[in-house]
Amino acid sequence: MYQTNYHRASSVDDAVKLLKSSDDGKLLAGGMTLIAAMKTRLAAPSDLIDLRHVGELKGISVAGKEVTIAAGTTHAEVAAHGELARACHAICHLASHIGDPHVRHMGTIGGSIANNDPAADYPAGLLALGATIVTNSREIAADDYFTGMFETALEEGEVVTAVKFTAPDQCGYAKFPNPASRYALTGVFVARRGGEVRVAVTGAGDDGVFRATAIEEALAGSFDPSALEGVSVSADDLMSDIHASADYRANLVVVMAKRAVAAAKG
Amino acid sequence: MGIEGIGARVARKEDRRFVTGAGRYVDDMVVPGMKHAAFVRSPHAHARIKGIDVTAAQAMPGVIAVLGGRELQADGIGNLICGWMIHSKDGSPMNMGAWSPLATETVRYVGDAVAIVVAETKGQARDAAEAVEIDYEELPAVTEAVAALEAGAPQIHPEANGNLIYDWEIGEAKAVDEAISRAAHVTRMRIVNNRLVPNAMEPRAALGHYDKAEDHYTCWTTSQNPHVARLVMSAFYNVAPENKLRVIAPDVGGGFGSKIYIYPEEIVCLWASKKSGVPVKWVADRTESFLTDAHGRDHVSEVQMAFDADNRMTALKVDTIANFGAYMSLFSSAVPTYLYATLLSGQYVIPAIHANVRAVYTNTAPVDAYRGAGRPEATYLLERIVETAARELGVPPAELRRKNFIREFPYQTPVIMNYDAGDYEASLSAAMEAADYAGFEKRRDEAKARGKLRGIGMSCYIEACGIAPSAAVGSLGAGVGLWESAEVRVNAAGTIEVLTGSHSHGQGHETTFAQLVSDRFGVGIDTVNIVHGDTDKVQMGMGTYGSRSGAVGMSAIVKALDKVEKKAKKIAAHLMEADEGDIVIENGECKVAGTDKTVPWFQVALAAYTAHNLPEGMEPGLKEGAFYDPSNFTFPAGCYICEVEVDPDTGKTEIVQFVAADDFGNIINPMIVEGQVHGGIAQGVGQALLEGTRYDPGSGQLVTASYMDYTMPRADDLPSFQVSTSNTPCPGNPLGIKGCGEAGAIGSPPAVINAITDAIGTNDLTMPATPQAVWSALKSATRH
Repeated sequence: MYQTNYHRASSVDDAVKLLKSSDDGKLLAGGMTLIAAMKTRLAAPSDLIDLRHVGELKGISVAGKEVTIAAGTTHAEVAAHGELARACHAICHLASHIGDPHVRHMGTIGGSIANNDPAADYPAGLLALGATIVTNSREIAADDYFTGMFETALEEGEVVTAVKFTAPDQCGYAKFPNPASRYALTGVFVARRGGEVRVAVTGAGDDGVFRATAIEEALAGSFDPSALEGVSVSADDLMSDIHASADYRANLVVVMAKRAVAAAKG
Repeated sequence: MGIEGIGARVARKEDRRFVTGAGRYVDDMVVPGMKHAAFVRSPHAHARIKGIDVTAAQAMPGVIAVLGGRELQADGIGNLICGWMIHSKDGSPMNMGAWSPLATETVRYVGDAVAIVVAETKGQARDAAEAVEIDYEELPAVTEAVAALEAGAPQIHPEANGNLIYDWEIGEAKAVDEAISRAAHVTRMRIVNNRLVPNAMEPRAALGHYDKAEDHYTCWTTSQNPHVARLVMSAFYNVAPENKLRVIAPDVGGGFGSKIYIYPEEIVCLWASKKSGVPVKWVADRTESFLTDAHGRDHVSEVQMAFDADNRMTALKVDTIANFGAYMSLFSSAVPTYLYATLLSGQYVIPAIHANVRAVYTNTAPVDAYRGAGRPEATYLLERIVETAARELGVPPAELRRKNFIREFPYQTPVIMNYDAGDYEASLSAAMEAADYAGFEKRRDEAKARGKLRGIGMSCYIEACGIAPSAAVGSLGAGVGLWESAEVRVNAAGTIEVLTGSHSHGQGHETTFAQLVSDRFGVGIDTVNIVHGDTDKVQMGMGTYGSRSGAVGMSAIVKALDKVEKKAKKIAAHLMEADEGDIVIENGECKVAGTDKTVPWFQVALAAYTAHNLPEGMEPGLKEGAFYDPSNFTFPAGCYICEVEVDPDTGKTEIVQFVAADDFGNIINPMIVEGQVHGGIAQGVGQALLEGTRYDPGSGQLVTASYMDYTMPRADDLPSFQVSTSNTPCPGNPLGIKGCGEAGAIGSPPAVINAITDAIGTNDLTMPATPQAVWSALKSATRH
């Protein structure tokens, strides 16, 4: 690790101020990606601004179907939240399968979506749920927020403070983990609100999380795994790497979608 | 056996310090004035070094020295050696390229060391290492052995034309070809044994300390054989004469073979300590471990097995290409020859065997012995082709094996080995019964109803441990003898120290070796200390690898115990005015058989050291040493059965049952033996399902250089193992021990792959059988 300056932010405003006054500062949420990158010398921020002690970034609130998760909430807190599980079990299930226990107790939802790793779980969940990403300056629809691999709509100095969504009628998440990293080799989140079905896929796209429209259309007709028999997705825009070819990922998208629907129907 | 003697299930003495984090490893060692090193490594797989500019690095904060290969060579430090001479079939010696501890003209793999930086802190050393400017002229690289042999492939060493190190053979080619031409059936396969990264939990490390006042060096290093390290560093690398070099291998966190070899880093740290005037410590990070620890396996073989009309094996023909990486590591040459081809008879009567092996340089990390070393490659090849032959011949796989089992011992194979004892039928029957083999079809049907493809596969392995005897291995090209030493020192008040040339890096020697003493004298294992891993304490030894600590290391202890027992009995007989032949030692007492006369053990020891009342002419003291040179290899064997369920939608394999029935000869501590089998199977399952080392063929970059991309087996990848033993004592050593350290890694990969190919109905599957690989094989499968 290269030398860096550490700052503990007391508030979101304080964090923004510190970020602006540093040469090449980085916000530190859970650090599950950033610290590892620094240790292997792949990242070298001049300053680290630690958000972990900012009170306003903590907590989950559930009011009927309206859910708000503050950005600094850890995966373990999401996974274990009883009220949230009753409103939207699939998001708790998703959080419970991120990384390992150490990662789940350090990593945060805000850190995950600010980084937008193309194989992270939360982007699929938030995109399928039609969530809103709240920042210190505005609210951004998930459809507009995830703009590509490690790319988001966040602007310089903009900090994710919370995500909010309306719990759908039914939702489910199924992930096929990369055998080595246990990130999603392909993860599919499905959410149904009345006749509308949203399906988001992580781990498979060559430009990050995306909505699988062919699957959405098939499921809008009948929200059942059987509706996906014979449905295929094109491998054209899917990722190919040492772990999985685009063809294999295309297969997994359909298989995981079926399993996500089965999970949603409980 | 006593509660702590031979055969007792004693908890490991050493585990208290290991599980409480109190072990002392090289990185825990601190010497006054110690500084930290980082190595400058090649980012290219193959390049010419046009210039090295250290000016900027030397000016960095905290930097004490920046040293390169030219200075090393000027000081007379030698090139690395390979300790086993292999001759090609035309009689010519192997073509070995030069390996300088620090590259001066050419770098040959990503990670090749070029310079060392010594600085006040580790961070400063790494910062400065990045500031060393090296002007490289990139050269074309080749990473796969088959490609490296092709015409026009990049030439890696001038000494090895066409990258061929040797072209070696064993067995009778003519007899094999004739048998194949007469055969009723021939099974043919191309078999790939995937390259593995060892991934010991503790990375390699070295602390070199030159003491100017004494003109003496001390090297703390992560070694499986510190005495061999001292011998090689003295005799070949000119670091220092043996009497001026002490090598200490303290607690070592796993080796699996990768810590047998003497690497550039420990040589350079010792040299750099003298050069810079400070003790120099280097500890690899995980990336360096991936890049530079000697890798394992990496064979490509064409195999033919011939049968007569009665399904008896008549011949085996093997043509293997072995990837050696960029340099010949210390024992690399022996692995695909005498540790591999000599085991190709397996458990079977095969009248004619011929193997041809070509060893090849590539622009990858050096390859050497890794848990099993040659024997997993032989077993995988043989057990895959036997299983395939059974399918082609339409006979049950167990029946084909049974028909061809060796049943009389000793048995001389056509490939050097002379098997001394075994009962292959016993292991096969035990495994099939434990696995409820007969009930498999019902389980397959039940799985099918759940949408899963269930398969079963077996593997009947044999291996050879305790490479020996010394004269025999010498005649085959070994540069060292493969005996072991021991010294048993009874202290004046009766506690005992056992000094051994074996080295424990996880095997539990502090417990099992103490059990031998407990068994002999009836003393508690807490009164016995095992001393190892320090060339100043133990005079000489050959270390631990090849499952040799039991069969060879403990046999040496037995010999020393015999001598101690003999002298102790003489003293006891003298003290009790009895006949020496009537003395028995048990429960910590020397007794006169058939009487109530006893002398406590400690009083015998005390008598030896007070020397007030010893038999006429006896020297004081109670301390004896012994060297033990085995008369033969030992031959552990067994049968493993694996049952899997494949998810046809994703290709994911779940191991639902794994049975191991082993013959290890006599067992000192069943719990430790079971632990060795569990660990070995975990590594074997890792090779079969998960671990695939990938270099980018164009750039030669190691793509799988972290746990994000290299899959280590984890608890949830593995089932609960059902292990058992049915033992035939080894006739060749005093304890009847065969060895158990590598069997799991040797026997398990073919069982796993045989099970998966049974489930998916195609043989076209290479390791690791990742979900994608199985899904792809399934897609293109036609049911066999």
